[in-house]
Amino acid sequence: MGGHSPCASCKLLRRRCARDCIFAPYFPSEDPHKFAIVHKVFGASNISKMLQELPAHQRADAVSSLVYEASARVRDPVYGCVGAISYLQNQVSQLQMQLAVAQAEVLCIQMQQDSSAMQLPRMVDVPSDDDKPSSPPFLLPNNLAHFLNLSPAS
Amino acid sequence: MSSFSRCAACKYLRRKCPQDCILAPYFPSSNPQRFACVHKIFGASNVTKMLQQVPVHLRAEAAECISYEAIARVQDPVYGCVGIITQLQQQIIQIHSEIMKIKGDIITHHSAHPQHQPLPPPQGDPCRSISIHQQEQDNFQSDEHPFGNF
Repeated sequence: MGGHSPCASCKLLRRRCARDCIFAPYFPSEDPHKFAIVHKVFGASNISKMLQELPAHQRADAVSSLVYEASARVRDPVYGCVGAISYLQNQVSQLQMQLAVAQAEVLCIQMQQDSSAMQLPRMVDVPSDDDKPSSPPFLLPNNLAHFLNLSPAS
Repeated sequence: MSSFSRCAACKYLRRKCPQDCILAPYFPSSNPQRFACVHKIFGASNVTKMLQQVPVHLRAEAAECISYEAIARVQDPVYGCVGIITQLQQQIIQIHSEIMKIKGDIITHHSAHPQHQPLPPPQGDPCRSISIHQQEQDNFQSDEHPFGNF
């Protein structure tokens, strides 16, 4: 951007846009809203200082994130983008609980498989007395889990 | 706040702290670093304007969030809070993918071993037990198999 076409920042600040204007690469004149919003939240001099402290190849990303934060703060003057962080942290917690439940189910399945493998000797030891209405002589894996009082890991 | 005890903002700005200082309730002198970050990123006048635009009962939360954003930006000058958001989004994708994988494994196992699917115990349903034993008696027609009569 030369002196003939001021960038959005210099237009808003009503000053001459120098050849080495630090804002010019990131705030083109076609998008005045972008600079207006970061200026409202952070202030032009703070943006300038922040960009100067960064290597040139990181400034575009910094501007993008500043625009995002400023937009969030204008939309939500109380929480800004911290509202989004809070929402995402809740989602992570819920998903971690779902993961724990799924992992517990896998553990139950593994325990059932192990119990099934151990079950065969018990079938041979069942008494043959007809008057004994005790536990059924033929134990299915799901019944075995119940009789052994196996509970899923919490 | 009396002039003998300035808030962190007024101390930083080297000015008198008036009784009705808008920043005083949210930037106590006990935590000077907090206001230093806020001042570096937003500036004192911007923070004052932002708090004035918010109802009084919400200013504490607003100040807390503004401080959080400022500290995040000082720690990560390129991405600030957006870096945290990106990390959380990636974490969500990763955990979701793990859940889907485990659920897929469970479904595969249940398809291969339908007898291992969790069924309620046959309480109060003696007919079910009888039908199982009758089936076993049909399958094993030898006297050596000790299936009792129910």
